[in-house]
Amino acid sequence: MKRTAAHLLMAGAVSLLLTGCGKKEAEKPAEQPAAPAPAVNPETAGVITGKVTLSGTPPKMMIIRMGAEPACEKEHKQPVHAEDVVVGNDSALENVVVYIKSGLGNYSYPAPSEPAKLDQVGCMYVPHVVALMAGQQLEVLNSDPVTHNIHPLPKDNREWNESQPPNSSPIIKEFTRPELSIPVKCNIHPWMKAYICVFNHPYFAVTGTDGTFTIKNVPPGTYTVAAWQEKYGTQETQVTVSAKETKTVNFTFKAE
Amino acid sequence: MGVQATASRQLRRRLLHRYSVVVAVATFVLLIAGALVTSNDAGLAVPDWPLSYGSLFPPMHGGIVYEHGHRMIAGLVGLLTMGLAVVFWKWERRLWVRGLAVAAFGLIVIQAVLGGITVLFYLPAWVSTAHATVGQLFFCTVVSLVMFTGDWWQSESTQLEPQTVAPIRGLAWSAVAAIFVQLVLGAAFRHRAFSLIPHLVCAFVVTGVVSAAGATAWIRLGHYPVVKTAALRLLLLLGGQLTLGGFAYWAVQFQQQAPQPLPLPVTITVAHVVTGALTLAAALWLALCIERLRQPGTVLVSAVPALQVQGRHSA
Repeated sequence: MKRTAAHLLMAGAVSLLLTGCGKKEAEKPAEQPAAPAPAVNPETAGVITGKVTLSGTPPKMMIIRMGAEPACEKEHKQPVHAEDVVVGNDSALENVVVYIKSGLGNYSYPAPSEPAKLDQVGCMYVPHVVALMAGQQLEVLNSDPVTHNIHPLPKDNREWNESQPPNSSPIIKEFTRPELSIPVKCNIHPWMKAYICVFNHPYFAVTGTDGTFTIKNVPPGTYTVAAWQEKYGTQETQVTVSAKETKTVNFTFKAE
Repeated sequence: MGVQATASRQLRRRLLHRYSVVVAVATFVLLIAGALVTSNDAGLAVPDWPLSYGSLFPPMHGGIVYEHGHRMIAGLVGLLTMGLAVVFWKWERRLWVRGLAVAAFGLIVIQAVLGGITVLFYLPAWVSTAHATVGQLFFCTVVSLVMFTGDWWQSESTQLEPQTVAPIRGLAWSAVAAIFVQLVLGAAFRHRAFSLIPHLVCAFVVTGVVSAAGATAWIRLGHYPVVKTAALRLLLLLGGQLTLGGFAYWAVQFQQQAPQPLPLPVTITVAHVVTGALTLAAALWLALCIERLRQPGTVLVSAVPALQVQGRHSA
């Protein structure tokens, strides 16, 4: 009996040791700015706009089988396809995150009070890509008649995994650090996939069905503007925005 | 009186053996259930532990079927193993076999704790790999109990010369070690601790060592039916596992392009995992057979008093 108890204690100690390997690092406290940064002057701010397209033959997205969840399967009258690459009319590429990667000055960018939203409809995440600011609230909703579990897989933020029954209150979360492309999955419904992109500034946009994007209130300057797509990666270009100027930037990804 | 006591001991021995077989079969089913969880990416379908959504019986849909189903079977195996340890402690005369049964219970407790840690800490790769590895160790422990409680182990009286059996013995245990390492590498790949390359490289080593062990045992000791059968079983399982490995490689590549786990790749990868467990058990069985042939043993106590032997050795 003593030996068995010792073995159990040892197992507990080993377990505690191993948990240290699996734990995410504790988040560092947000850095405090040395002095209040000025706000962007709307009198001189410009706009970056454009369109993202896909050249070549779009890949065929596989059909998602929802047989494991009949309540969601009956929500869809048409077959549901994976959303890795969504191409609309005129080769418009949807769900591309366009953002200013570098060149921004020392301006104050308070996180919006309005939360970004991620819903679950017909056992699919809506929208497929969400972009928000560090410190901005993310409101996760469940509009389905079934329980989901929402599991983001960040590298630089705290990982969490929560279940959400139908008709329950929204789950409110924040990401404290900028991080491009945090995958989100539902372990109950493995086909459900989304991405969360977190920025420390407000200069980002996600393309819609027409592939267009608009980034407003951009202070005059020269910037590196990047476009990220989950399958095709990132493209970058240099853009110079003058006072009150609307600059058009287009991106074209190439189908493999 | 003596005859009755002998009959009672024989009955207990058979019950211990059959109980061990039941636990071994239940464990094999549990291995399948565990492999299904990983292959269906359902490891965190139930985010809490030890309860499931705060209950013993959550609504079963989607990935919850696999994860909670796995927990339920694990609970059953845990209870069976607890009973196994108790009856072995009470009825088994050999102290080392009693200890092995208790060790089996210890392993299932460790396995349960590791399972909980994987859930509560979001599947750390090394913990998940350890969980898969301890599962295999537990299966081997129970298979060993099946062997040690069987009639052949307890009745075989052959004692081979050490120089006859030494090379085969070394190969047999090398085969066990090689397959075990291969299983760990496979688990590390499945749980994203390692790439596939170590597992592929080790497959060549395993093929060589296991083939040598099985062939040598067949040639040198094939006149013992139990060794011949064990060697043949091992070689067949090796062939099957290599074939499944090829298909599993294709399944993994195909699955990467799919939006969700698909039935055929899941079936193939699960079959590859559990066949690996069977191959390890088969190698262990062969090694134990060879161990038994080099040890003197106690003749099985029978109902005939004249054949009773008070064992000088307790194999």
